[in-house]
Amino acid sequence: MGTAGVSASCINMASCSSLKILTLLSLFLSPTIVETNNIEAKAGQFFSSGHTNNWAVLVCTSRFWFNYRHVANTLSVYRSVKRLGIPDSHIVLMLADDMACNHRNPKPATVFSHKNMELNVYGDDVEVDYRGYEVTVENFLRVLTGRLPPSTPRSKRLLSDDRSNILIYLTGHGGNGFLKFQDSEEISNVELADAFEQMWTKRRYNELLFIIDTCQGASMYERFYSPNIMALASSQVGEDSLSHQPDLAIGVHLMDRYTFYLLEFLEDIHPSSTTNMKDLFKVCPKSQCVSTPGHRTDLFLRDPGSVLITDFFGSVRKVEITTDTINLTAPMVHLEDTRPVRELRTEIQTYMDQLPVAEIIHQKPKQKDWHPPDGFILGLWTLILLVFFKTYGIKHLKHIF
Amino acid sequence: MVWAERHRGRLAALAIAAVVIAVGVPLWWKTTETYRAWLPVAQINELAQLQLQLSVEVEVVFSKGTLTAEHQKKIPPSNTRQEEHVVDETTRLRYRYETRYRTATIMEEDALNQSTAAEADISLHMLSESPSGSVVIYVVPESSTVLPEGVSVYVGQRRTALLRAGGQMRVAVALKEVLASLETWIKQVLQVMSFSHGDITAALSDRVRPGDRSREGLADSMRAFKSSPGYEITFSLLNPDPTSHLLHWDVEAAISSYIQPLLSKMAPVANFSIDSQILYYAVLGVNPRYDPTLNAYTLNADSLSHVINPVEARLGSSAASSNPVLNFLLYVPDSRHSPLHITDHRRHTVPSNAFSSPRWGGIMVYNVNASGTELPVDVHIDMRRVMGVFLPQLRLMLGVQSAAPPPGFLIGPCGNAGLADWELDRLMWTRSVENVATATTTITSLAQLLDQIGNIVINDNIAEQVSSAVASLQLAVGQLEVGNLGLAMQYSKEAILQSERAFFDPSLLHLLYFPDDQKFAIYIPLFLPMCVPILLSLLKMASEVRQRPGQGQAKKD
Repeated sequence: MGTAGVSASCINMASCSSLKILTLLSLFLSPTIVETNNIEAKAGQFFSSGHTNNWAVLVCTSRFWFNYRHVANTLSVYRSVKRLGIPDSHIVLMLADDMACNHRNPKPATVFSHKNMELNVYGDDVEVDYRGYEVTVENFLRVLTGRLPPSTPRSKRLLSDDRSNILIYLTGHGGNGFLKFQDSEEISNVELADAFEQMWTKRRYNELLFIIDTCQGASMYERFYSPNIMALASSQVGEDSLSHQPDLAIGVHLMDRYTFYLLEFLEDIHPSSTTNMKDLFKVCPKSQCVSTPGHRTDLFLRDPGSVLITDFFGSVRKVEITTDTINLTAPMVHLEDTRPVRELRTEIQTYMDQLPVAEIIHQKPKQKDWHPPDGFILGLWTLILLVFFKTYGIKHLKHIF
Repeated sequence: MVWAERHRGRLAALAIAAVVIAVGVPLWWKTTETYRAWLPVAQINELAQLQLQLSVEVEVVFSKGTLTAEHQKKIPPSNTRQEEHVVDETTRLRYRYETRYRTATIMEEDALNQSTAAEADISLHMLSESPSGSVVIYVVPESSTVLPEGVSVYVGQRRTALLRAGGQMRVAVALKEVLASLETWIKQVLQVMSFSHGDITAALSDRVRPGDRSREGLADSMRAFKSSPGYEITFSLLNPDPTSHLLHWDVEAAISSYIQPLLSKMAPVANFSIDSQILYYAVLGVNPRYDPTLNAYTLNADSLSHVINPVEARLGSSAASSNPVLNFLLYVPDSRHSPLHITDHRRHTVPSNAFSSPRWGGIMVYNVNASGTELPVDVHIDMRRVMGVFLPQLRLMLGVQSAAPPPGFLIGPCGNAGLADWELDRLMWTRSVENVATATTTITSLAQLLDQIGNIVINDNIAEQVSSAVASLQLAVGQLEVGNLGLAMQYSKEAILQSERAFFDPSLLHLLYFPDDQKFAIYIPLFLPMCVPILLSLLKMASEVRQRPGQGQAKKD
């Protein structure tokens, strides 16, 4: 309005110079106006993702020493997620076997992810919530759906709400439509999809990022049907995910290729970076990974280009400045120490017998369950029977049976 | 005789087939069936169509000078107004305002003649107690001095409001016009003191996924915790520099004086458990910058989001339940970074020096003047100032909204408990609606789930819990209809507890997924070898029976 007024009165040359000064001033002013707009936009972005807390469920499903790389995979993702800010209380870490204290580990209390032992992902403050034989399909599904027995401690529960973004990472041996747990059972993609649907009906997540690093991993996300899930897999159906490199001192393969390049990508992310999911999809192309990583975003409501990596891997908190205060005028009432004085105990206490050696030494042998006879023995009996009947004729058969 | 043997063979085959079909098939069916107790499916489907009615009792008291004598005689004793809203195809709302009109008693007139609105409010309370959920509006004449200039409505500490009769009331001649002009003001008062349509639809967010909401609405919904039967509150004092500061804080007294009254008042809404701790050598994860203009260190609002995570790793929690945890941290900066101020986006210092994170808690920075030759310096923390900041943060986290009042409104101070009665009523309205909505979605999705997946075993205790949850829900909806807010809140809490317990029962885990081809693969090796001889012999008998009339004819010939 001011400039319009000036231009209207700009008849002679003298006032035109003041117009020039005014336009120069307005040019200086507009950047600051733009800057405040940027700050507002940043504030707006705080609430665009719609989540207030982050959770991570990291599962390694295989045991035995030669599956060292699966434990290393999971621990490297754990390490990145902790470094980017998710606290231990919000991470459920399930490791099916203990590699760090395995008797075949030449460097005990370490799990390396790079050959020449460059990076120890085990560290000092690893908190494993489900370990060893506790990692079963049943426990995994119970954690996801929340149907845990009431005695389960908080650290073993996924206490997410409708504003939580959850990262789920699975690794191990898999096949077309299933993932093997502990070499004895398997979880199918339909069960996983049903578990996610149960989570959605109870609003246990706001958005879910599902990453799987197994052979034929893409088959595991084929059956998802709940909204707001984004999935990444290290290989397509029919392809195998390969491991990265062995270490000659430790004697096993240390990491899988997909997770190795994923870790490299995540090492460049820091809590305030603005890298988005489209860069994550480009991690480990076919030239590096040999298998073709896949992703699925059709169930996700937002555009992947606007989703930050830290929306899932980190824990950036929204903050609001407190503007209201209450002026408290009532004086503080100091509490009297109303606790009763504890009387001194006068009974003599003894420890109970914690190691009853006499019982242990003279223990009776445990009753072993009866097992049907072994294949070798069955074969031996069959051979003997055949020989008998060959020699003496088939007519004796009816006396036996 | 061949024929006799054949006949015996036929009878044997028929007998075996009969036994298999009559005894075997039902036995197999019974033994492979999963036990599913009966669920009240019809009632659950009824609940899926939620029709909520919220009734508010409003009492309008006319004081001397607001109505002419004629109008006073013709006043209707009561009036009911209903508003219907359709939220989506399964949820409908009806608000019912039952208004009663009367004139003020002499004692009330005396109370209204006080000099300030706050005093009038207090004296009015001593006269009568209104039940939870109701609103009483006192209409004072325009010339009255109890309300300050420019203020039309004063909202008191309990459930009363003072409304100044507008000029229109003087001009209007008919009683209907007087009441109509009063209606607009009453509607506004009810939106502030009771509930507004926006609040209720926000509370229904579990049933109705909000489409496009305003940014403020979204921020509000993300800030407060969802309704939960209990909350754990932890107060922590962070001392990064114990060698310079020796801090004393009388947190127990402060909690019992300032926080506990609020929490006891909110006891109908939820249970609270409080604890406190002191952490030494706990640092913020961000380095503050030195600002020479303020001669102090500053933490900008942008870097505040990175402060919480490193601290949270240190905060232990002694919570033994799955209730949400609220953390309130008091940070005393170390002597090298003192004084420390928080600046907002526009680089102004924040007077409260505190910030909060939605659904997590609040952090306040307390600067001490450690000027003393002898280290460590004894510091007694002023708990009144600290609690004056934590209390509004706590109110925000728990959902006590303090939205900006409409123009012409003056909200009175909230009293000793830190919570006015009408604020508690507001919270109870939204929480009971939220509980009812959540419980209905839980029960209906549980019923749907059990219907879809036929392999889940439904034990008797789950059926019992579902039935009692349904009963509590129906009671809660009934109480909301009548307007008994306290009972409605209680029933809705019970409904939520039971429905959550039924939904999250550990025995409901559907573990075995059998695709159809796997089912065939299991049953065929068991049943086929047995069924083939039976079927073949039956077929052979059937073909013989068909051939016999032909044979008989041939023989006769």
